[in-house]
Amino acid sequence: MEAKSSGPISNALQRESKVVDQAVAAPSEGYLAEEPISKDKLEEKIAVATPRQLMWWRFRKHKVALASVVVLVIFYLLAAFAEFVAPYDPEVFAASAKFVPPQIPSFIDGNGQFTLRPVVFGLSQERDPETLRVIYQPDESVWYPIYFFVRGQPYEFWGLWETDIHLFGLGENAEEGTLFILGSDRLGRDMFSRILYGARISLSIGLVSVFLSLILGIVLGGISGYYGGQIDNAIQRVIEFIRSIPSIPLWMALSAALPPTWPQELRYFGITVILSLIAWTGLARVVRGRFLSLREEDFVLGARLSGTSEMGIILRHMVPSFLSHIIASLTLSIPAIILSETALSFLGLGLRQPVISWGVLLQEAQNIRTVALAPWLLLPGMAVVIAVLAFNFLGDGLRDAADPFAR
Amino acid sequence: MLQFILRRVLMAIPTMLVISIVSFALIQLPPGDFLTSYAATLAQQGDTIPPEQLEALREAYGLGQPLYVQYFKWMRGIFRGDFGRSLEWGMPVQDLIWERLALTVVLSGATFLFVWTLAIPLGIFSATHQYSIPDYIFTFFGFLGLGIPNFMLALVLMWVGFAYFGQEVGGLFSPDYKNAPWTMARVWDMIKHLWIPMIVLGTAGTAGLIRTMRANTLDEINQPYVETARAKGLTERQVIWKYPVRVALNPFVSTAGWALPELVSGSTIVAVVLSLPTVGPLLLRALLSQDMYLAGAIILLISILTIIGTLISDILLAWLDPRIRYE
Repeated sequence: MEAKSSGPISNALQRESKVVDQAVAAPSEGYLAEEPISKDKLEEKIAVATPRQLMWWRFRKHKVALASVVVLVIFYLLAAFAEFVAPYDPEVFAASAKFVPPQIPSFIDGNGQFTLRPVVFGLSQERDPETLRVIYQPDESVWYPIYFFVRGQPYEFWGLWETDIHLFGLGENAEEGTLFILGSDRLGRDMFSRILYGARISLSIGLVSVFLSLILGIVLGGISGYYGGQIDNAIQRVIEFIRSIPSIPLWMALSAALPPTWPQELRYFGITVILSLIAWTGLARVVRGRFLSLREEDFVLGARLSGTSEMGIILRHMVPSFLSHIIASLTLSIPAIILSETALSFLGLGLRQPVISWGVLLQEAQNIRTVALAPWLLLPGMAVVIAVLAFNFLGDGLRDAADPFAR
Repeated sequence: MLQFILRRVLMAIPTMLVISIVSFALIQLPPGDFLTSYAATLAQQGDTIPPEQLEALREAYGLGQPLYVQYFKWMRGIFRGDFGRSLEWGMPVQDLIWERLALTVVLSGATFLFVWTLAIPLGIFSATHQYSIPDYIFTFFGFLGLGIPNFMLALVLMWVGFAYFGQEVGGLFSPDYKNAPWTMARVWDMIKHLWIPMIVLGTAGTAGLIRTMRANTLDEINQPYVETARAKGLTERQVIWKYPVRVALNPFVSTAGWALPELVSGSTIVAVVLSLPTVGPLLLRALLSQDMYLAGAIILLISILTIIGTLISDILLAWLDPRIRYE
């Protein structure tokens, strides 16, 4: 059995790796190219590989997905260590430095000399003669060196102990210097620090709801597809009904109905959990479709004929064959929940000040005239786009790897 | 077929009734009613309304009655074509919504056409030229389109228009035509303004559709029946369009009916940013001020349109895929 099935699989795998290598001119790392091995060896290796290994080999080939994993790990690390990485407290404002454009660190100081330690220039103020707005320009006659692991504003690290060490900053000697590498907002708060703190909420608040809707989707979709008939019909009608309710009024009603005494984050969390009661419908339809087609497969019939119990068929034979598909759709639904947080906060229906999330930060960019004068206010949007893209690519890579026996 | 359509129409009636009950309940879910939020707004402006007057208004609007009484009154009106009175605007609901609803349907339709005419050929091309340079380009733009939130795209487009072309992008009409009666010139003016919201609303959909269309076509393209068609001597174009594409289209057609509520919900944010005269912003405002008859009417009408859309897509599905039979 094994020898028979290995032939087409390994051929297909080789064919695929060749096609990909030619097309993208990817680094010549093919399937198993750690060491040059003969074709027979390759086939042998593939024949004895576990499905998990096959998936990993296939996933490894998707370079963008691999890069996305790195990006996401960095994002989550930055969010986890936001207090340490952020040079400023996100709420501290500098009244004299509103709407400062991004200050880009430079390796050349004001004297035109190269320094190994990056410096940031001071700011000179000017007033726009027409609008009377203060405009900041880099002032090359003053510069401040950037220090690493520097003392700055005190904070409580994860609420455990108090410290004032930041990853980078200007240090205590540069009281009048500012380090706004992504600019400052209308109150003179550091955008970079705010984006880091925002990542903490935006990247985490929807995760529980994603898992909840995952479980609901698998269970209800599975029941619907496995048993079919009346049960299937009933569940499908429920799905149709849920999908025909427009989401905005639902969201508003829910957010108004939760107790107002809860803190904002908890309320929002509550809403996302309730929303997962709606979001399972998409996955349920997919799972149902898979069950419907798997039910007719030969291996299920084989398992049934050899006396496996119903539960055994579902858990040991059917679920593994689309488990990876589920993991893929899970990674694809996380960006959706990040986007909905951003969109709803932007509308004022989700989170609100003083909570910091990417959507709340983007609310500041609602006025087009403000954006025209301070385009860096759109940067939280960039963070959203990068995070969402990374999740999408990761999901894409997982989906390709999901079925290692496919073409 | 006729029997199938008839049965579906009959089945839609109880669904609509349930939806009307749920939407009415949803609107009533937040504590307080229109008058409490009205009083709160007045208080914010430093104005007050005497409690006796508030009670009198509540009496007049019938807001103090039990929920089911209010619901039945509302439903009785609807069967006579009377959707109730908008409390906030002080005018009949139907005078407020018809034009906006029509514009929403026009905008959704235009977006829908834009998405399909762009995404389907591109998706098929990506599949037939898998791993080619254009395939990678479409894939990249597809993901980019998925990753950018709609309202971000709207903001960026508006910013570019404002900062570099000195033009206010937004709305569906030029100021001259905003309140003008419907003439050919006004229709033309609308068409000229339609494309920006169309692109903004359609980008994410196009991106997703290219991906799905590509995957679906790839699934079908290596099936034996395609080989058979090729062996019979059909041209490549005929082989692709007559067989795998028809099968690959199936999931789209079956979800086409959902496009409308998704566009209404999704486009609300874009409509707020771009100040479009569609139902989304009206609904948002009605919900915020608990103007329940207006909000309820909008939700009900959208749900009805959804059900009609699903029905149409089921009929299309049967036409597209003759293997599907509804008994």
